[in-house]
Amino acid sequence: MLSVDKVTVRLDERLILREVTTQVDAKELVGLLGPNGAGKTTLLRTVLGLLRPAAGTVRVADEPVERARHLLGYVPQRHEFAWDFPINVAEAVLHARRIRLGRRPGRADRAAVEHALERVSLAELARRPVGALSGGQRQRVLLARALAVGPRLLLLDEPFTGVDVPTQDLLTHVLSGLRADGVAILMTTHDFASAARLADRIILLNQEVVADGPPDEVRDGTLWLRAFGAPTGLDGVS
Amino acid sequence: MLDLLTEPWDLVFMQRAFAVAIMASVVCAVVGTFVVLRGMSFIGDAVAHSVFPGVAAAYVLEANLVLGGAAAGIVTALAIAYVSQSRRLKEDAVIGVFFAAAFALGIVLVSTQRSYTGDLASFLFGQILALTDTDVLLVAVVGAVLVAAVLLWRRRLVAVCLDRETAAAAGIAVARLDVLLYLMVAAAIVISVQAVGNILVLALLITPAAAARLLTDRLTPMMLSAAALAAGCTVLGLYLSFWWNLAAGGLIVLVLTSAFALCWLLSPKHGPLPRLRRLLSA
Repeated sequence: MLSVDKVTVRLDERLILREVTTQVDAKELVGLLGPNGAGKTTLLRTVLGLLRPAAGTVRVADEPVERARHLLGYVPQRHEFAWDFPINVAEAVLHARRIRLGRRPGRADRAAVEHALERVSLAELARRPVGALSGGQRQRVLLARALAVGPRLLLLDEPFTGVDVPTQDLLTHVLSGLRADGVAILMTTHDFASAARLADRIILLNQEVVADGPPDEVRDGTLWLRAFGAPTGLDGVS
Repeated sequence: MLDLLTEPWDLVFMQRAFAVAIMASVVCAVVGTFVVLRGMSFIGDAVAHSVFPGVAAAYVLEANLVLGGAAAGIVTALAIAYVSQSRRLKEDAVIGVFFAAAFALGIVLVSTQRSYTGDLASFLFGQILALTDTDVLLVAVVGAVLVAAVLLWRRRLVAVCLDRETAAAAGIAVARLDVLLYLMVAAAIVISVQAVGNILVLALLITPAAAARLLTDRLTPMMLSAAALAAGCTVLGLYLSFWWNLAAGGLIVLVLTSAFALCWLLSPKHGPLPRLRRLLSA
């Protein structure tokens, strides 16, 4: 579903990603791990078409990103969203769908919103202003916004960061369900334990791909040392 | 009592004043809704102040003051939009640089004149009692275009407010939409300068929308109540100005500010009065 081929990205002349090559298939959930500043978010933004790679290609369903936008769902980090905006949960989700489809909402759109809200267990809070939600509920709104467009490739930026255990469990459950439905999923995370539990594959990234394989293979300590520059990430992992 | 209310309407200059004040304040309230929600009040302030050198230049060159102001406002809006796209400097620093510079330029231009007459002073403090039919028509046409533009681009403007990255990923030209919003702010300010003057115009842009935000958690009611509040307050301000023979621009802004204070006191969620009542009834 997603193929990244020798992608190099520079920001203000600074090299952020060097010849990154990887892919995510349908029905596959891939965790993207790396230290702060490793280029995780940059890779997501490149896949979204927000950054133009200096070299290499990104293809979504064998199309350039610009032609495949309708297949993409994106869950940004929570602080990217304006939670003080006067809008309620259902409208926020509907709005994401309208932006993508560019038409007045019909019955099918409202059904899609309802379905997305049920999927993340927010149906009861549909009329609540987004500003009145807790951190975990906000994360679920962002996920519902991405799901409302019926994505085939779902990109998530740090979905597990700063949410409580029940929310983590719910996210895990929802993502597993989406994977079973055939969605390709790529998510960045700091947390190896949660990624290892959930992901089919883990990419260790630090400017370049340090390792790419099933969680068990990536556990190897020397790889971690190369990715993080320190063995600290191993605590509680092996 | 009734005479007191109808008397101003017998005078042509008051009819024009009411027409321009109502139209300008409604347009400012609608555009201002996005200014408040984007947290770009400072940009509004900068554009408002940058209109001044344009007016001063037009005055020195004996050109049309409105056109001069519009040109300067638009140039500043575009400059801010362009410079703030680079993320090295925070937007507010860029704006601080621009708007002080613009105002300084205006002052220097004015100081080239031996005496600066009422014409220029009226641009700073408003000249709502000295409007022509052309002024009324201009405000009506530009105002209608602005409201139509907000309604037309509303969905995309909301998308950029909510989350720039996701909006851009959905294929929205985020930077171009910023420029559009800045230009709308510049145009709204230029058509409102005549009503309350260059210095107070920010109040028309910010105060109604800020007050309305305190009353509601939905966008459409916010926009509608901002417009209603703006129209009501400017009408009341004009009446007070007529009855007491005091500055119209200042009174309009003071009435708006009182309305804002009232909204804050009564705000269902944040206001001290409802909170006190909840406390007492508990």
